[in-house]
Amino acid sequence: MLHEPANNSGQIDPAAPYKSRLGLALFGLYATFYAAFVAINLLAPGLMELPLFWGINFAVVYGFVLIIAALILAVIYDALCRAQEAKTPSTSAKDTQAWS
Amino acid sequence: MVLTIFLAFVAFIVGLSVYLGRQTKTSSGYYAAGGQIHWVVNGIAFAGDYLSAASFLGICGMIATQGYDGFLYSIGYLAGWVVALFVIAEPLRRMGRYTFADAIDAPFRSSGIQLAAAISTLVVSLCYLIPQMVGAGVLVEPLLGLPHHWGVIMVGGIVMIIVATAGMASTTYVQFLKGGLLIVFSLVLVIAVCWRGLSTAPDQGGTVPFYRHRAMAARANGEKIVVTEETGWQHVETKVTPTGDRFAALQRDGATTWWRIDTATDGALELRETECIVKPKSGTIRQINGRPESPDNTIRQVGAIASLRGEANASTGPISPVGLIAAIGDPGTKITRWRESKFNSSSDDAVTVYHPSESDGARLLRPGMRFKVQGTWLERMDFVSLMLALFLGTAALPHILIRYYTVPGASEARKSTIVAIGAIGTFYVLTLFMGLGAMTSGVLNPADSNMAAPLLARSFGNLLFAVISAIAFATVLGTVSGLVVAASGAVAHDLADRYLNLGLSDSTKILLGKTAALGVGAIGIALGIMFKGMNVTFLVGLAFAVAASANLPAIIMILFWPRVTATGVIASIIIGMVSSLGLIALSPDMWGMYGLLPSAAPVPFSNPGIVSIPLSFITLVVVSLLSKSQKLLTD
Repeated sequence: MLHEPANNSGQIDPAAPYKSRLGLALFGLYATFYAAFVAINLLAPGLMELPLFWGINFAVVYGFVLIIAALILAVIYDALCRAQEAKTPSTSAKDTQAWS
Repeated sequence: MVLTIFLAFVAFIVGLSVYLGRQTKTSSGYYAAGGQIHWVVNGIAFAGDYLSAASFLGICGMIATQGYDGFLYSIGYLAGWVVALFVIAEPLRRMGRYTFADAIDAPFRSSGIQLAAAISTLVVSLCYLIPQMVGAGVLVEPLLGLPHHWGVIMVGGIVMIIVATAGMASTTYVQFLKGGLLIVFSLVLVIAVCWRGLSTAPDQGGTVPFYRHRAMAARANGEKIVVTEETGWQHVETKVTPTGDRFAALQRDGATTWWRIDTATDGALELRETECIVKPKSGTIRQINGRPESPDNTIRQVGAIASLRGEANASTGPISPVGLIAAIGDPGTKITRWRESKFNSSSDDAVTVYHPSESDGARLLRPGMRFKVQGTWLERMDFVSLMLALFLGTAALPHILIRYYTVPGASEARKSTIVAIGAIGTFYVLTLFMGLGAMTSGVLNPADSNMAAPLLARSFGNLLFAVISAIAFATVLGTVSGLVVAASGAVAHDLADRYLNLGLSDSTKILLGKTAALGVGAIGIALGIMFKGMNVTFLVGLAFAVAASANLPAIIMILFWPRVTATGVIASIIIGMVSSLGLIALSPDMWGMYGLLPSAAPVPFSNPGIVSIPLSFITLVVVSLLSKSQKLLTD
């Protein structure tokens, strides 16, 4: 008991490699967007003060978009993972050590 | 009423813990809630766990005093969940048992990793615990009229009861409850701010008359300052701070007050009224604005719009959220902000002065007030370092990582993370409006930015204040509970059971965990009292840097680099932890805390991540390659 998982589903997930690749791709996309925010602040901070629309400046819009983009990408990731899991259902296994 | 609502809320939480405690019979139940929490509940509990005192008290306070730089924390904290979801959540859930140490030790079975990871968990949890405890003390002062240290002791005591009775199950439901309530009532607060609108003379809905701090014309007469605008003022002394601010002590009607000296272009002087606290060397009662401190004589609340769209006397009436940001960011809007200066008077009394200055609203709505994005390259690195640590820190926080083990499987871990991102993202969007509301509503305590959100709530009446304060207190309780569970798991499970291999029975392991929870709680109380007065979100930012430096390189490389070795992981954790803590200890902010001049600090930046995170990665790679070669040679 002491050295077992808290709750082990006893499943091997054949979709794991796909989900891992997808996760890394989406991470790369978001990280680039985030890095661009940091870079603009460093290299052209005045740009952040520019009003974009309705009197709201670039910094506020970019900040909100960074927050909303995280949620949108998360939902896309979940949808694609679910689709892949439906295509390749998990199988039971005696050996449940499935880190990959 | 405030007290009744507050106590009822706390009593409900403790009662829930005791009830759930009766159902916790195994170590799996204690450390991971039996792995049976529904993913939606777990997702909101993630939010409850993550939206700590730093998020609610600290970020709102920092936005209220430093503008957009506080919102950078909202952006960075949320962005960190992207790393957690896309890179860490599912693989870690598949690897793990109960704790972060279990997960990274899974491929190696190394006692060295168990020890290093357990110590790292303890250190990060304690770093994160400090700001929560500071936040608790801050809340209790205005709410119950108790001193700061009683707030800290109260939170510590209640958390010890919660964790010692039920562990992760009660912690989860406390966090779920508080996470949901925090988001709902933050939304209520933002609607209230927009409904009231902006004004250049905010009077808290007509309940507190707005006090306009004065400016007086004066001239220099040799060393003396002569007030030319009013009679009866007598110059006592002048002080110049290391940052170049000049202050004059003036006496009238037996009261001595401090005024900031501004020089106009024609050589004439302008004296700006300040809020001042003088602590006499003799140790007698403090003087607030020249009079003895009392319930009727405290520091005034500050923070207002000096001119709104170019007008010195104006108000908007109800305004949309977009309109609120546009009005503050208008080129004609100026905001009065308050800075702190400390010095000793000629009679060696300790003087703390809060003094006003006007900033362009447009300037406050982009980075640069706290983080010098237009400063020297070293100063800019502080900003990069913060953003890096926030981005990478979330996925390395042990008390967040253990929540992946409370759901039945890897896909549930993923789904609960998505719920968390939705809930946390919603809250962080609201922080900008709460912070700007506090900045312009005349509610700020210049001596403590952490109370911005609760004081903003108080300006809408005692009911909202009581509810918001109770939720904020529960916020601290929820996060501290999670931290104490993580830390007690490190002691009882990682150190005693795994590393020392004591062969504990299940019941002994639970008992040891509960004992460890008491010990960690006691340490947290002591640290919370020591760090009184520091902005809590700044302190959490440092905890993120330590987590990202000590834990993240090990997690990432174990998942994605097949050549990683146990020795490399151990070296990476130790180097990451020691370097980040060392850089923090030598940083300008800590220098200030030691009572030294921040500019004299040996390390020129306050956020260590930009050095310690790459250093930890490099250490892991180099040591892994070396130890691999060594092993091949030996074989």
